[in-house]
Amino acid sequence: MSTSFEAQAATAFAGTGPMVLAEQVHKSFGLLEVLKGIDIEVGRGEVMCIIGPSGSGKSTFLRCINHLEKIDAGRLSVDGELVGYRQQGGKLYELRDREVCAKRAEIGMVFQQFNLFPHMTALENVIEAPVRVRKMPKNEATDLANQLLADTGMEDKASAYPKQLSGGQQQRVAIARALAMRPKLMLFDEPTSALDPELVGEVLGVMRNLAKTGMTMVVVTHEMGFAREVGDSLVFMDDGVVVESGRPRDVLSNPQHERTSAFLSKVL
Amino acid sequence: MTTPRTAQTAERTGPPEVIKAVPVRHPGRWVAAAVVLVLVAMLVNTLVTNPRFGWNIIGQYFLSSRVLTGLGYTILLTVVAMAIGIVLGVLLAVMRLSVNPLLSGASWVYIWFFRGTPVLVQLLFWFNLAFLYPRISLGVPFGPAFVHGNANSLITALAAAILGLGLNEGAYMAEIVRAGILSVDHGQIEAAQAVGMSRALTMRRIILPQAMRVIIPPTGNETISMLKTSSLASVITVTELLYAVQLIYSVNFQTIPLLIVASIWYLIMTSVLTIGQYYVERYYARGAARSLPLTPLQRLRRNLVITHDRLAKQPMQPPGESGERR
Repeated sequence: MSTSFEAQAATAFAGTGPMVLAEQVHKSFGLLEVLKGIDIEVGRGEVMCIIGPSGSGKSTFLRCINHLEKIDAGRLSVDGELVGYRQQGGKLYELRDREVCAKRAEIGMVFQQFNLFPHMTALENVIEAPVRVRKMPKNEATDLANQLLADTGMEDKASAYPKQLSGGQQQRVAIARALAMRPKLMLFDEPTSALDPELVGEVLGVMRNLAKTGMTMVVVTHEMGFAREVGDSLVFMDDGVVVESGRPRDVLSNPQHERTSAFLSKVL
Repeated sequence: MTTPRTAQTAERTGPPEVIKAVPVRHPGRWVAAAVVLVLVAMLVNTLVTNPRFGWNIIGQYFLSSRVLTGLGYTILLTVVAMAIGIVLGVLLAVMRLSVNPLLSGASWVYIWFFRGTPVLVQLLFWFNLAFLYPRISLGVPFGPAFVHGNANSLITALAAAILGLGLNEGAYMAEIVRAGILSVDHGQIEAAQAVGMSRALTMRRIILPQAMRVIIPPTGNETISMLKTSSLASVITVTELLYAVQLIYSVNFQTIPLLIVASIWYLIMTSVLTIGQYYVERYYARGAARSLPLTPLQRLRRNLVITHDRLAKQPMQPPGESGERR
């Protein structure tokens, strides 16, 4: 892998303690309780895959990590700092918008529907946040973006608009866009679920390369092969709780819970 | 048996014959076209033969300085009122979508009031503001004032027209901008938030540029509408295009020719705006389609080039080539 992917890894090992720590995280949408007490720990440089049936709360949990959703109860911290709050003298203070933005800038996120900015070219998509949020000089950001687009195999399409790209290509640009902020953590929300089957491989390939550099990744996915091969740990969620977790090989081939084996028998 | 036969047939006929069929007749269309043709002929006939149209008078006044000054005021009113309307519209739309009920409520009341009363009434109201507030002061709310002014000299007819048209337009633009903002996919906002962009930055860099595709066509419509609505300012003695020609025909009684002069100018200006709108829409359509369609000019140029090439090539073709293709 090339240099800029390597550089991502350096930041990932900067601190100590777990990168993501969730303790009894609860979240409701109105009367519907989506997360019913989630305990998860993601170590530095760990690739954690989260699987589970739709509606199990795995995407919601992922969105809580970068505060796209507010949690109702429990504690959730990234790199030792609470998500969305500041604790001072036993009291919780909500973070200001500016502080929330600064925290989000350190966490990359890749969406199921790519969500590239359609009015910008691939290159403009990647340099937008470094230039506007990080105030990086434009030529410096362009160098970084070209490097990242090369890492994701998209260097030929730098001047293409998202509409001119296939789903797999769009998702690779979206990964480059997230990496351009030099995140310490990458969140993937079903990154291959909206792709045609033959395009899934190219996106998983980019993610596999990223994992090799030591990037901490939380991946909500239905790709069991990827989870088994690349994941360091696997979490099976159902109905708002963590049913089972462990090494991917163990969970996939020797599930301990009936719900896990029932789910796996349907998808494998 | 079948296989050799098909092979044989294919050999014999080569490429399939081009279809030559008797087309369906459409007598109804011919009748309709004839009716339209007769009506057009009648129109042209009356335009040419009726001396009361006064084409020579139209020609005489078309570029006269009073008409051109009126035209200038119409353009000024349209540009300034639309500028106020657009700025106000964006502000009101963002307020309307705010989570703060006081802000969205204030925006709602503004739109309710200014859309709910006739613009002519609003113009008259601003023109007669001095009856309500003879003196206008600038200062601390409920506190001391620093600058005082006489309302009659501050709110001139032109200022009243600009205020009336601009504030009214703001209400309509607010709804157009709001529709545009709502048309942007929510995933775009999430993607912008996820890379750490603030609300204001997201609005400016991500949402509004995409909302423009939805905002531009009705805004062009509003601008064209404003061009004509500005003629209402004639009621409050602003010498825009309509009032300028009214002043002329009130003296020489050439009412119809001078109204035609104004109409032609309005048509010219709306035509220019229509062309401008086409290009602005094209600019904001980038990224919306895989490739932009050609502009009429580009299409014309390309057709000319193709025709030119064809004309240039034809004589150079060796006679044998077309014979071989037979």
